[in-house]
Amino acid sequence: MSLQTATVENSLAEELYRSTGQSVARCYQCGKCSAGCPLAAETDYPPSQILRLIQFGDDRLDQKALGSLTIWQCLTCQTCSARCPQEVDLPRIMDFLRQESWKRGPIHPQAKNIVAFHRSFLGSIRMTGRMFELGMIADYKRRSLKFFQDVLLAPKLLMRGKLHFLPHRIQGTKAVQRIFDRALEKKGATR
Amino acid sequence: MRVAYFPGCSLQGSAREFDESLRAVAARIGLELVEIPDWNCCGASSGHAVDHLLSLALPGRILALAERTGLEDLLVPCSACYNRLVTTRQDLIDDRKVKAEVCELIEMDLKLSVRVRNIIEVLKEVMEAGNFQGIQTPFTHKVACYYGCLLVRPHKVVKFDRAEEPQTMDEMMQAIGAEPIDWAFKVECCGAGMTLARTELVAKLCARILDDAEGREAEAVITACPMCHANLDMRRGDIEKAAGRKFDIPVMYITQAIGLALGIDPGRLGLDRHMVPVVFKSMQQQPGVSESPA
Repeated sequence: MSLQTATVENSLAEELYRSTGQSVARCYQCGKCSAGCPLAAETDYPPSQILRLIQFGDDRLDQKALGSLTIWQCLTCQTCSARCPQEVDLPRIMDFLRQESWKRGPIHPQAKNIVAFHRSFLGSIRMTGRMFELGMIADYKRRSLKFFQDVLLAPKLLMRGKLHFLPHRIQGTKAVQRIFDRALEKKGATR
Repeated sequence: MRVAYFPGCSLQGSAREFDESLRAVAARIGLELVEIPDWNCCGASSGHAVDHLLSLALPGRILALAERTGLEDLLVPCSACYNRLVTTRQDLIDDRKVKAEVCELIEMDLKLSVRVRNIIEVLKEVMEAGNFQGIQTPFTHKVACYYGCLLVRPHKVVKFDRAEEPQTMDEMMQAIGAEPIDWAFKVECCGAGMTLARTELVAKLCARILDDAEGREAEAVITACPMCHANLDMRRGDIEKAAGRKFDIPVMYITQAIGLALGIDPGRLGLDRHMVPVVFKSMQQQPGVSESPA
């Protein structure tokens, strides 16, 4: 047990502290984050319970947090952190948990499409330096197999000049690709 | 006022009317926009979901490019981009080690001298300095000022307005003749980037927002965020399905409302690009392109 952070050695909470400086021991479970979370009722664990899971330093509970739907469904709206009396940076903690879940699993089955979206979104930026909406959506459909989603919306958007057929490739595309490759290779987080 | 300008990806695609209306208004009020050359995407919500360093390096490159313009302020109209850029800048100021890592990744130096500014504060500063001159047709409508989540949080970092019950957009709307309503969803989240992966959740959240705005007799929702706009406007069909009722209330960018008050042609403000027609209850008229003098 580390006295400074009150975390069990080699636990997820300790890793969290090392990589973000966020200590789960600060949270005294008042529940204010969960009360304000717009998706608390739509997910498996409200935010305060995610924190509770990792407060124990128990591997089985750590896995539950990593495998939760909450971490992927979190919108990073920051209502929780704006209201936390202990100034726990929950959005930063959610980021950390997502990143860990992405790297080593488990990923909640219902979060599959959210992960597919992130892959399509980042893939689009890596390819041209900017997000190309039509290309990103096509790639997302391929990954999620949701081929018919929004098919009626697309022509309306085209009519209003909101969808471009061709991407804009920035001159610094290679520089952006190097950013991606080096950042992700450092963390072993590639695909 | 002369500022560096980072439009962001949405403003070149699905939110192009935000860019169009901003440029039209800027030209009228004496705000000069210098688009930063060869900008990249900020990584939005996917960057920080996947990798922390990546989520700092993508905005880092944008900040470095902005510094090269030699200007003091960087205007970022999209709330989501604004939040990424302003947060990244603070993170890099706070942690020199991470800053060094980011500089290595982007192959550029960072002084972090450029201030990241959102659209509301910049418009307010410029229009206040000009005593709100040029208002030709006051925007006399009841409006729901919808700040969304990313414009005012985290308060310590953005140092803008208040995290709950902000006022700046309300004051701007009053200044152009509108009547901002008191409502409960000013800073509630619309579901943001989940629009493709969890459409049904976004529809549910948006239905609550529109229900409160309409219930309190607002004639338009005013926003400064392309994601809020996309979800409340483009997703209207999904929202109505989730709510089991129809919503007529239009959703406008703050720059479009100001543009109308300045007497700018609605076509130049991109009002015809919305899915929900911009028609106001009180006047039963549409500031449509065809009806306006060019």
